[in-house]
Amino acid sequence: MPREDLGGPADPSGTLRRSLRIIALGVRAEPALFAIAVAGSALYGIMTAGMAQAVGWAITHQIEPAITERHLSAGRAAAIFAVLGAVVVLTTIGVLGRRIAGGFTMFNVAADYRRQVTRQYLRLPLSWHHRHPSGQLLSNANADVEAAWGIFMPLPMALGVIVMLIAGAVQMLLVDPVLAAVGFTIFPLLFAANAVFQRRMSAKVTRAQQLRAEVAEVAHESFDGALLVKVMGREAHETRRFAEVTGRLRAAAIDVGRTRGTFDPVIEAIPTFGTLALLAVGVQRLASGAVTTAELVQLAYLISVLAFPVRALGWVLGEIPRTLVGWERVNAVLEATGQMDYGDAHLPATRPTTEDAAGVRVGLRDVSYDYAGRSGPKGAEASAEAVHGVTLDIAPGRTVAVVGPTGSGKSTLAGLIVRLVDPTRGWVRIDGTDVRALARGALARQAALVPQQTFVFDDTVRGNITLGLEIPDDEVWAALRAAQADGFIGALPAGLDTHVGERGATLSGGQRQRLALARALVRKPRLLVLDDATSAVDPTIEQAILAELGAGTGGMTLVVVAYRMSTIALADEVVYLERGQVRDRGRHEELLARCPGYHNLVTAYAREAAERAALAADEGARR
Amino acid sequence: MSVAQGADSRPKTSAWQTVKRGFALSPEFRIGLGVTLALALLTTAGRVVVPVVVQRITDDALLGSGGPDTALVYRYLAIAAAIVVLTATAAYAVNVRLFTAAEGGLATLRITGFRHIHDLSVLTQNAERRGSMVSRVTSDVDTISQFVQFGGIMLIVSLGQISLATALMVYYSPPLAAVTWGCFIPLVIAVRRMQTHLGTAYGAVRERVGDLLAAVSESVVGAATIRSFGVEDRTAERLDTAIEAHRRAATTAHVRSTVAFTAGQFVGGITLAVVLVAGTALAAAGRMQLGELLAYLFLVGLFTSPVQQATEIFNELQNAVAGWRRVIEVIDTPADVADPIDGIDLPRGPIRVDFEDVGFAYPGGEPVLHHVTEHVAPRSRIAVVGETGSGKSTFAKLLTRLMDPMSGVVRLDGVDVRHVGFDSLRARVVMVPQEGFLFDDTVLANLRFGAEISRADVELALTELGLDQWVAGLPAGLDTPVGQRGESLSAGERQLVALARAYLADPDLLVLDEATSAVDPATEVRLQRALDSLSRGRTSITIAHRISTAQAADEVIVMDRGRVVQRGPHDRLVTEPGPYAALHASWVANQHGAGQD
Repeated sequence: MPREDLGGPADPSGTLRRSLRIIALGVRAEPALFAIAVAGSALYGIMTAGMAQAVGWAITHQIEPAITERHLSAGRAAAIFAVLGAVVVLTTIGVLGRRIAGGFTMFNVAADYRRQVTRQYLRLPLSWHHRHPSGQLLSNANADVEAAWGIFMPLPMALGVIVMLIAGAVQMLLVDPVLAAVGFTIFPLLFAANAVFQRRMSAKVTRAQQLRAEVAEVAHESFDGALLVKVMGREAHETRRFAEVTGRLRAAAIDVGRTRGTFDPVIEAIPTFGTLALLAVGVQRLASGAVTTAELVQLAYLISVLAFPVRALGWVLGEIPRTLVGWERVNAVLEATGQMDYGDAHLPATRPTTEDAAGVRVGLRDVSYDYAGRSGPKGAEASAEAVHGVTLDIAPGRTVAVVGPTGSGKSTLAGLIVRLVDPTRGWVRIDGTDVRALARGALARQAALVPQQTFVFDDTVRGNITLGLEIPDDEVWAALRAAQADGFIGALPAGLDTHVGERGATLSGGQRQRLALARALVRKPRLLVLDDATSAVDPTIEQAILAELGAGTGGMTLVVVAYRMSTIALADEVVYLERGQVRDRGRHEELLARCPGYHNLVTAYAREAAERAALAADEGARR
Repeated sequence: MSVAQGADSRPKTSAWQTVKRGFALSPEFRIGLGVTLALALLTTAGRVVVPVVVQRITDDALLGSGGPDTALVYRYLAIAAAIVVLTATAAYAVNVRLFTAAEGGLATLRITGFRHIHDLSVLTQNAERRGSMVSRVTSDVDTISQFVQFGGIMLIVSLGQISLATALMVYYSPPLAAVTWGCFIPLVIAVRRMQTHLGTAYGAVRERVGDLLAAVSESVVGAATIRSFGVEDRTAERLDTAIEAHRRAATTAHVRSTVAFTAGQFVGGITLAVVLVAGTALAAAGRMQLGELLAYLFLVGLFTSPVQQATEIFNELQNAVAGWRRVIEVIDTPADVADPIDGIDLPRGPIRVDFEDVGFAYPGGEPVLHHVTEHVAPRSRIAVVGETGSGKSTFAKLLTRLMDPMSGVVRLDGVDVRHVGFDSLRARVVMVPQEGFLFDDTVLANLRFGAEISRADVELALTELGLDQWVAGLPAGLDTPVGQRGESLSAGERQLVALARAYLADPDLLVLDEATSAVDPATEVRLQRALDSLSRGRTSITIAHRISTAQAADEVIVMDRGRVVQRGPHDRLVTEPGPYAALHASWVANQHGAGQD
């Protein structure tokens, strides 16, 4: 989200100051490269002026004598080549230095900021992510970074041009102060034109850049839901939605183009008018004898030589609005706060496989969680606590089933236990330590969550399971076996090295869930939280998985969100949730006997089956 | 299956072919192009004429034989001023016309690309990464847009200026004109060669941008998984790799383009030297005056600067073409499951489904469906069960024509499904996939999903499905925002919305692919009953792994390893020895304890 507190767009000197600050940031990041670029540019500037000198020298000292002699000697030809060639070579070196170093500055700084922005994505809490559409974040890391640092491409050239202009100004002053003053008028004019341009441009560029992000947002969301769009036949509807935002981007881009299209010819015309004015006044000065004809011709030539490179200044000035807008959007991400804070506490690194291993103790005291951002960017704030005043104690090694109707806060509770989110009230403790006091990564090393909807990385099967940990293949296979995934993984063309796409295209929903389960099991966690993690798995396979979990928990603490009896049967204790609150807890049989909501929920299938059977018997009897 | 991917980043089509195809895809580019070009020519003329007039002022009026001629100077100045104004006005007009046409054309290109990505088959879509697909309709097109904003007019003007300057040079001195062009011909040849390398380099940059966006997308979409496993560092490394690969590709392309540009600059300087020597030789031989030589030098300046600019613009054009090529590539990827031309409309009413000897294999894989021949009568409610990999999901995908069979035919109401028009097919046959995907909008908007349905009708439907209580319990009822991908709702709630959405679409064949897997049993049973009583007028096929669903169906189709192995009502199948009895046994085991009270 762009912020508006960095001075209004209608303040050109302010925008210049702000853009200078942004440029300074870039220069500080790559001082050596930038220095080379500027030095190259200065060399180029000097050599451009030097070319005129060299040609002048050649005419006076070689060409005129040759014409007089009516013969061009090889020596004279070589002299012309040598002098001009030297100038050309130096110019070329200058250009190469300027452009290559300038480009490296830009790309290096951009890469640096891409790293910073994406680090921030990894650092910021999930609640922040929920508020920011993925498409926008894609745009921040790509188009906005590019917009912010694009200015480094023309910048060295413009700085070289300033060197050139100063040299030119000195020359003009030496010839005639009055004509110099006339020549100098083009600078306030250029500045005024630029001020007008900035004022007109800022808002338009901001708009275009925002729309660019919105186009990315619609595209990202729509491709995300491509299957749904297809099965519902809503391609035309989605295309209309995309066409609408694209149409707005088109209008905004044309608007930007129109302003830029006005500015460019004006910037180009001003130096030409300068030359003409210089000549007009110059004729008067000539008549009054203040200057000689040769001097006037020299000045006119000087201005015309400078006119083209001066446009480089225009390019830089023209880039400024984009720079500012890009930077503001990037900076909004960099300055976003609310990242999870970590302490420095660690949990003992015992693992359930070792002799003395044990699961962790989990404690929740009066925990509430409110999706404050449970509103999209489209407003309609809807604040309701998903979890409300939950107090829970789970002894090490226990298995607890969390049961409740759809939308009762089970997943939120699961997320709170492994600190996907922090409670808005109350605390969560693991082995007596508040999870907020644990060092970064300390909890993840001991606890694993298998969510309902699995995310598969664009990586190999092995990569998806180890997630970068050094785990020997036999342990990976052991985890796959426990998750009943060894069969289908073994059947894949390249086994563990098979690349599974970002969407896990080659895998079915149940296979993805088993992969995710293996990912958790391979870590031998002391706390495993399964959030309805086998919802897409076939009953037979689920049975096998549960048998494995029941037998081989090795003392780990297990929290399962579940509906099915077999899963509940694993549990030492059941926690029954309704509307974010713990309604009852105890052994399954106790709850079945005393909690009507629980009873109703877990016996639904059986009652249904019984009713159907009764109905069928009834029909059979009637026949 | 994926859209032209791979390590080989060498362009498969020439720049010219790409531009031609691009123009065909965006007719806006051609609209008023003649007028724009004429105005551009005017701008060009102005750019050449003004320096010529200034040159005349110094030559004729200041350095003339009779001493400085003030009146003549003013006359020339007035002419020059008028031309400057005219040139600037024409340049403005060209800019605006060019931007309008170009942005119009690019918008069309984006929309065409977007639509085509949706038209690609599920298999092709799944083979592409989201970030990469997004880049094709965003940053790849932006590359072209940027080229038009910065280089478009300059290219036209430069080419015009080169022609005009050439004409003037030939007029002044044909031999020197020949010398000038002689110097530039090696440059033209060299630049042409460099362009190929440059094209490859820019192509690589575009691909790295796709990779970069895919990596960013992964870190954003997978945020929860990354956090819960504490793999921020590893993800950061993966991002860094993508960022660094992009930086390398970009700098490589930049160095190549700089070398190409500098070659133009270098040749321009050398040309000046050669012309000076050649001109001096001509003048020494008495075939030219010194004044003429100096005037010609001025023309060389007029000629070389647009040549340098054109070299530069051609470099940038390679970048734009690389972006353009990627968009066109995706547009030209055939949609292998396409809307038939003159598709048949299915009449309304419950649909009959026939599978005739249907076989299917995923590209490069073993067959997953063998000779399936099954018939489903209108109005019947069928459950398809089987273990993972049994082919039941493939069955559903063929039925809804997300894919086409390798052999055999799928018929709906006796019509080969490949001949049914998409509009008719998608209106009559609706599938609810397992993952209830929602758009970042309200519950109501997601239920409507673009269709014109009144709020009252939506509420009625929710009541019929027994979901009214649930919606009332949401923070803002129907107007509750669901968040990105529906993440503010739980997975089960998303499935409820998805189911209601399909119900509102009122299809004649409803295909549910494990659409209630995350819903609690009580709600599921309630929903199932509601759907039963309401689906009497339609055919319904449910892919299920819960036997409770199968029990409720008229008939159960049991699949195993790509074949239908059993079929019949639940009551009969449980008594037959076979896979269904086994599935049922594990289901009962799963429900162990439930029936004891």
